[in-house]
Amino acid sequence: MASEAVYTHRDPMLKKRDDFEDILEERRNSSDLRYALRCYIPVLYKELTPCKASELKSMVLQSDQLRYVINQVCKETGMAADEVQAEAAAILEEMAHRLQLSTIRFFAFTLSKVFKTLFRSICVNEEGIQRLQQAIHEHPVVLLPSHRSYMDFLLMSYILYTYDLALPVIAAGMDFMAMKFVGEMLRMSGAFFIRRSFGGDKLYWAVFSEYVKTMLKNGFAPVEFFLEGTRSRTCKSLTPKLGLLNIVMDPFLKGEVFDVSLVPVSISYERILEEALYARELLGVPKPKESTSGLFKARKVLSEDYGSIHVYFGQPVSVRSLAQNRVDRCQFNLIPRHIPRKPGEDIHSFVNDSAYRLVRAQEENMVLKPWVLLASLLLQNHHQMQVAEQKQGMALDELTEQAVWLRDLSRQYGAFLHWPDHVSPSEAVSSSLSLHRGLVRISEGRVQLALEQAGGQTRPGEPCSAVTPEEELLNQAVIILSCASYRNQALHIFLRPALLASAIHTASSSNKQEVYNSFSFLRNMFSNEFILCPGATVQDFEEACYLLVKTGVLQINQQEFVVTERGHRTLGFLTRMLDPFLQGYQVVCRFLCEDATEGLTEKQFVPAVRKFIIRHILTGRLRYTEVLSSDLQKNSLAALLRLGAVQKLKGGEEQGTLKVNKVMVNSLEDTLGGKLPTQKAVVARL
Amino acid sequence: MASNSSGGGSSDRQRIARQRLSRIAGHLQRPADGSSAIVAAECKAHGSQADVPGEEKTVPRRRQEIMKWNGWGYSDSRFFFNKKGQAEFTGRRYRLSGLIIPGLKDWFESTFGASLQHKTPATPILNSSAVQPPTLNEAFVEELKSTGIPLSHDAEDRVFRAHGHCLHEIFALREGKFGRVPDMVVWPNCHNDVVKIVELACKHNVCLIPYGGGTSVSSALECPPEETRSIVSLDTSQMNRILWIDEKNLTAHVEAGIVGQDLERLLNESGYCTGHEPDSMEFSSLGGWVATRASGMKKNVYGNIEDLVVHVKMVTPQGVIEKSCQGPRMSTGPDVHHFIMGSEGTLGVVTEVTMKIRPMPEYQKYGSVVFPNFEQGVACLREVARQRCAPASIRLMDNEQFKFGHALKPQVSSIFTSFLDGLKKFYITKFKGFDPNRLCVATLLFEGDREKVLQHEKQVYDIAAKFGGLAAGEDNGQRGYMLTFVIAYLRDLGMDYYVIGESFETSVPWDRVLDICRNVKARIIRECKDKGVQFSPLSTCRVTQTYDAGACVYFYFAFNYRGLSDPVHVYEQVEHAAREEILANGGSLSHHHGVGKLRKEWMRDTVSKVGMGMLKSVKDYVDPNNIFGNRNLL
Repeated sequence: MASEAVYTHRDPMLKKRDDFEDILEERRNSSDLRYALRCYIPVLYKELTPCKASELKSMVLQSDQLRYVINQVCKETGMAADEVQAEAAAILEEMAHRLQLSTIRFFAFTLSKVFKTLFRSICVNEEGIQRLQQAIHEHPVVLLPSHRSYMDFLLMSYILYTYDLALPVIAAGMDFMAMKFVGEMLRMSGAFFIRRSFGGDKLYWAVFSEYVKTMLKNGFAPVEFFLEGTRSRTCKSLTPKLGLLNIVMDPFLKGEVFDVSLVPVSISYERILEEALYARELLGVPKPKESTSGLFKARKVLSEDYGSIHVYFGQPVSVRSLAQNRVDRCQFNLIPRHIPRKPGEDIHSFVNDSAYRLVRAQEENMVLKPWVLLASLLLQNHHQMQVAEQKQGMALDELTEQAVWLRDLSRQYGAFLHWPDHVSPSEAVSSSLSLHRGLVRISEGRVQLALEQAGGQTRPGEPCSAVTPEEELLNQAVIILSCASYRNQALHIFLRPALLASAIHTASSSNKQEVYNSFSFLRNMFSNEFILCPGATVQDFEEACYLLVKTGVLQINQQEFVVTERGHRTLGFLTRMLDPFLQGYQVVCRFLCEDATEGLTEKQFVPAVRKFIIRHILTGRLRYTEVLSSDLQKNSLAALLRLGAVQKLKGGEEQGTLKVNKVMVNSLEDTLGGKLPTQKAVVARL
Repeated sequence: MASNSSGGGSSDRQRIARQRLSRIAGHLQRPADGSSAIVAAECKAHGSQADVPGEEKTVPRRRQEIMKWNGWGYSDSRFFFNKKGQAEFTGRRYRLSGLIIPGLKDWFESTFGASLQHKTPATPILNSSAVQPPTLNEAFVEELKSTGIPLSHDAEDRVFRAHGHCLHEIFALREGKFGRVPDMVVWPNCHNDVVKIVELACKHNVCLIPYGGGTSVSSALECPPEETRSIVSLDTSQMNRILWIDEKNLTAHVEAGIVGQDLERLLNESGYCTGHEPDSMEFSSLGGWVATRASGMKKNVYGNIEDLVVHVKMVTPQGVIEKSCQGPRMSTGPDVHHFIMGSEGTLGVVTEVTMKIRPMPEYQKYGSVVFPNFEQGVACLREVARQRCAPASIRLMDNEQFKFGHALKPQVSSIFTSFLDGLKKFYITKFKGFDPNRLCVATLLFEGDREKVLQHEKQVYDIAAKFGGLAAGEDNGQRGYMLTFVIAYLRDLGMDYYVIGESFETSVPWDRVLDICRNVKARIIRECKDKGVQFSPLSTCRVTQTYDAGACVYFYFAFNYRGLSDPVHVYEQVEHAAREEILANGGSLSHHHGVGKLRKEWMRDTVSKVGMGMLKSVKDYVDPNNIFGNRNLL
């Protein structure tokens, strides 16, 4: 049952989704205090043996797993057993949560106040809540929300409290803990803290994994973590991190629990609190360290309108059904289960595939607002006008017309679009624009990106010459990247058709096989950038073909693609969607071939490539400002590393030095630009 | 056995046994000093042999005279619901016989959602005309007749030997459906008869399927439908004598067709026992035990069949295999006994076995312990195994099975007993705070001399106390063991009311016991739900044997099949899934039921490809023409 739920349906349009309820509505009509103090009796796991948070710790410290590792560490380091044991206890102390209801009640009260001022509504699919409740009763549950904002996990706990569901324990990054008071508050609301990296630390890993497993197996509470590992600054889903998923699947694979339910949760913000912050970060302004005072400074955000939030609790996915016919659990029969072992190749690929499917499930239930479509259109328009050197912006009614066209298209592609049907399209458009007035400007009936404002610090009257062209560019880039982050929310809808559209565009002929080769090349190239399930190339290609044929864009006559008359509009839109990424990857390739110095390290890569790109943009050789996003730059490097076009040297003084295979990088660049047929390029090696 | 009785009864029995023994001795006109053979090992005189005076045979040649053709056990013993809706057990053979069991109906209806209104009666009479006419190999039959070995092509005889007691087999019989059945039945009387039969079968290329007690639950007795040769069922039931008893070495040489209850009874008459008591011992045969690697409930004292066997004789198409001496242990290459044990009738017929015997125990005592939950119970059993102080038998039933056992309590006659029961219940649930829906019970059986038993008992109860266990009396213990003897009769009752079920077993390392119990039970419930079973099934288990490195776990699974068009298929799918779950949780393919044809598909994974090759090459050498063509195991 559940395994089908994570699979993409053949026809995305047929996807059925639940309705939403606004939980803030009741908050606006009744006492927050009474709400915070009300009787809270959640449904618990049926096989739960109730225990306190402190008992959990001793269970972990006395577990066979940990004892084994402690012994190992003793032997390796020659330390005394009780010393290592004490170290383990200290690690656990630093990590463990102290979930208590009173803190939750405190948050329930304050967050009610905060949410009501910030948001118009918080919409939750109640059927999903019911499914979750059932799942919590039946099996240990893992909650997997998407991660776009700091808000996410407070919001999750808030919702679960509201619906009388068991409060989760949440894996949080250690950086939160640095926020003195807040860190402790979060700890008491169920957060446990893990170091961002602990590569070789066997003991840390053992304590950490045992802690998570103990909570999961006992059904102490749903375990919550972010598959994407960190907040996505671009609003695209990030490729999943496998560490925690590995840990929570382990008890099932080793037979310690009958099943584990994974519940993907999609949290969509109409307007993201950290919008501009993210853009700055992507442009290289370092992320401010989380601090309590910083949080208070953020108070000015309280005065703004952030629209609504949609939280969609997806179908619980049973690990058991995921693993059926995939994993041979007998492999754990011959070695005692408490001895830690690196997961085998088959387990790794199983967890990896599952992770992608879960992120896809998150994507599919993301609610899109009209603004997402408008941002896509406005960005494309911006770049087109830039080339044509025409007057900036779009006429409002033209924008409305295009938005309606795009609305229908995206629905056909299965988008979960929240378009208010009871108002006219023009009203829908203008209300969206007004919510995002920081990013767009309307003048003389034309809508354009608020780029002039971007140099905002300069007061009118002051001479603009105080701003260097580079600074101006960066200021504009903030706006563009913010807009792009909204466009990115729709990317997963158009990704597969867009890859096909670009493949048709770059392929040397319209022969299906040729196009497939191109498609496969692009897909492979971008698999660090977008969520593309490993090994599903054929499936994705067929889905893309199906969608384009169904919507009358393409016809397939005897293995030849024929673009229809009216298909050009869609195809144009789709290729423009992907174009910034294509161009971006090419620029990175060019940088590596032309500009990269000998001995360039991974750390130096982003600043160097950024400089190179700024130069290109300022000289007009590159029009996509969003290529300045360090996310794109890092992803393209990751892709090149994966493809072997760049190598990272290990060890010695050259640690982290990038060694560029220029021939290969060059040919990749040419292939991306359509100058080289896919076959001749490195494709053969991919 | 069901009629195992407490202290007073056993001395009674001994007295009767002595009387009977002297009577037999009188018939044989020999001094019954026990050191010489009880019965002469001759088998020439077929005619008179069938009724040796004084020797009561449990299993006659015509099984239909005393046994059901489409259910378990004796024709006179069965459960039914009387007019008042109370369950009764008929006959006089068992402790429960003739008693009313008031709790069974409620348990039955509430566990399965079954109703006494909805009946599914079996076909009452075996319709011989529905049985395929036999395919006979005339030349073989002619030559066999000339040897004087009894044979039959009677439809009833053949149907009786075409099946074991798997659910699908009994279900088909109840519907009056017969698949491929043997074409002929032969009853050899001794080892030499078997040699002749096997020689003739090889000569005429006839397929032989050995048949012992017919209690197989692995489809081992099913005739392969693809078999085109004439199939001859070789029924060993008439080879049922104890040929000699050697008191110096404490061994007995026995013909392999003897059934468990006869073997024990006859040995008891001489003051001995083998102590090998599989749950099927009323009907299963010595040869069958050897051929399937059987295990007895009291293996902690006496050992499993592989520990008990000293010498085996087996007739194969290549001739007779046996060892040249009776040394208690040998280092002579791989033990050839291990080709024989577990061969499941694919290599030949076991004809005679020398087994270890023990003096009958002086004292027997049942016992039981209540644990607050199954986890504690398993921890206790593990500790008992660690200290190697397991009683003759120790079994841990889960909560569902405890309730099941409880429902089988016969009507109590005195108010006092029922008051006492109420008090016990109050003490355990209210005073000790045990959750009636979580508690579970271990049943115990101690054997040996009185003093040691009492000492042993204390040791075990002390361990149990550490795991929160409370002693719960002999009665509960004894009823627990009774359950295993009547469970098959109860299945027949269920089948009268839309309920089908079966048991299956595995062995598993200690650290996996809890996980496997939980996961397999949950898998059964989930599979039933997925397959459209309307009511939640009975899915229960018990830990029935303890070893140093693990335990044997036994599962019962039954469900109400109303509303299903093909219940047997659903049943088989669920059992298949349950077996996969067992294997995925580190359990073995079988602890003692064997592989047969039912579990063949997992053999390769179980013993590896090379292991399969080894077994195959033995088969290829011993039986190149597949005379023993039951197609089990490989």
